[in-house]
Amino acid sequence: MRDYWIRFRRDQLALGGLVVIMIFIAAAVLAPAIAPYNPSEQFFDGLTLEGSPLAPNSRFWFGTDTNGRDQFSRLLYGAQTSLLIGIVANGIAVFVGTCLGVVAGYLRGFLGAAIMRFTDLMMAFPPLLLAIALAAILRPGLNIVILVIALVNWVQVARVIYAETLALSEREYIEAARAMGANTWRILWRHLLPHLVPTIIVYATLGIATTVLLESMLSFLGRGVQPPTPAWGMMIFESQSYFLNAPWLVFIPGAAILILALAFNLVGDGLRDVLDPTQRGRN
Amino acid sequence: MLFYLGKRLVASLFILLGVSVVTFGLTFMIPADPVAMIAGRNSTPELREQIRHQIGLDKSLPSQYAGYLGRLVRGDLGKSYARKSDVGALIASRLPPTLLLMLAAIVAELLIGLPAGIYAAARRGRVGDKVAMTLSFLSVSTPQFVLGLTLLYLFSYLLNWFPLGGYGSFSHIVLPALTLGLAGGGWYSRMMRSSMIEVLRNDYIRTARAKGMPEWQVIMNNGLRNAILPIVAMIGLDVGIFMSGVVVVENVFGWPGIGQLMWQAIQSLDIPIIMGVTIVAALFIVLGNLIADMIAPLVDPRIHLR
Repeated sequence: MRDYWIRFRRDQLALGGLVVIMIFIAAAVLAPAIAPYNPSEQFFDGLTLEGSPLAPNSRFWFGTDTNGRDQFSRLLYGAQTSLLIGIVANGIAVFVGTCLGVVAGYLRGFLGAAIMRFTDLMMAFPPLLLAIALAAILRPGLNIVILVIALVNWVQVARVIYAETLALSEREYIEAARAMGANTWRILWRHLLPHLVPTIIVYATLGIATTVLLESMLSFLGRGVQPPTPAWGMMIFESQSYFLNAPWLVFIPGAAILILALAFNLVGDGLRDVLDPTQRGRN
Repeated sequence: MLFYLGKRLVASLFILLGVSVVTFGLTFMIPADPVAMIAGRNSTPELREQIRHQIGLDKSLPSQYAGYLGRLVRGDLGKSYARKSDVGALIASRLPPTLLLMLAAIVAELLIGLPAGIYAAARRGRVGDKVAMTLSFLSVSTPQFVLGLTLLYLFSYLLNWFPLGGYGSFSHIVLPALTLGLAGGGWYSRMMRSSMIEVLRNDYIRTARAKGMPEWQVIMNNGLRNAILPIVAMIGLDVGIFMSGVVVVENVFGWPGIGQLMWQAIQSLDIPIIMGVTIVAALFIVLGNLIADMIAPLVDPRIHLR
């Protein structure tokens, strides 16, 4: 563990990503304490006399949106939405994908084949369109968005875990465990899963980046979490028609999405270099 | 080869059949009752029963599915709620602009990704490599709507180099293609880099170097030819990735393709169009995968056909 940390620490980009993630998590958790205003409050002095949003100033640090609400407060609460969906939806996807991938890769047989053919089928749907179709049919909301994203994201994990399980189960030590009379459950839990942990950690991290982007696209299309819950994609959706006059309404939440996704990508890549033994000594 | 081709074709047909089962199942999850929607609020029970019979909702599930599949095969995707017109015809009329945009995006991503990947492989481990790979991470982490709006603001509004949106000339397509292709460019640069590094490990490269060939010539003459083929074979897969992107990009740039049609359908919850576009997209992805599967053994004889 210490070893891994020492090697991870050498990767400055990944370390930077980790710091950024911790700052975003702190901002999300502390939002009620550090947000200067209520994110849903519409200020009379939050719009110009013509009714346009205000540019960033000393009272509203990141300006106001088209409804005269404080953009900075909305950004902080939006971090809650993005992180909650990113972590929970991807967590479910990784859990389901791992379980199905292990079952398909170790037990094989009819069930395994059925699972893998089903992932082939799921791969035929573009993730965003499938998510939109599901979100359009079900009523949108936080739980539905989490469910929809998890439903779309487990496929990739299942395929990767399947391939790894298949390779691992051919190894001699697994055969040895079987010869010694260990039951299937014990082999999966004690001998297989520990070797899958690095892959699971890497995909759990990289997947959050994908999830943050997918969630922002859904809410940019108006099919993500619903108002008054602030979400970064929705903030851009709402101010799209004003954006040539008030570009900060697009750039600030846009930068937040980009930075958070980039941070998870960098940490995930750094973890892959550290955890994957085949990468050791390269570069 | 022929056997392999036939096997892939049959597998693709099964996947398309599976797609139709999923989309058929999804239509049952729609909370609104289609009979009530057609009959109107003040309809009599008799009228409803008549409509239920007319659209075949009183039949058994398998026979309803058979009817659904039959209509799909004939290209009948149903009628739009809002536009009262045929979804298949609507999508067909919007397809050419989308295909044009996808083609332009493929050109854009290859123009960005391949040189960047070759450069990074040549400068492996040095500053240039690190900068190129960081930029590639940046490009795959950028939400396309933010990238599109940013390009629009910089190059169309501030600099006035390109129109603010629309369709018709070369200058209209530059920014949408760049927006759609940039993430792919970042992805290709990573693939190109690792493919090149793999090739540069070969003995014939060492021979070329030992003969005193300049490094850039080794890369361009001996390395590139072998490194680029597996990359180009993957272009077919991009179609699927672009199917998601066009919804966002076409909306941002006012591009009149199926992405924009989808966007408008999402706003008005026009479910027949949403399902229709999803089915067409799945068809494209299956075709793209099939093409990629067929090109891969042609360009790389090391791939074994099974």
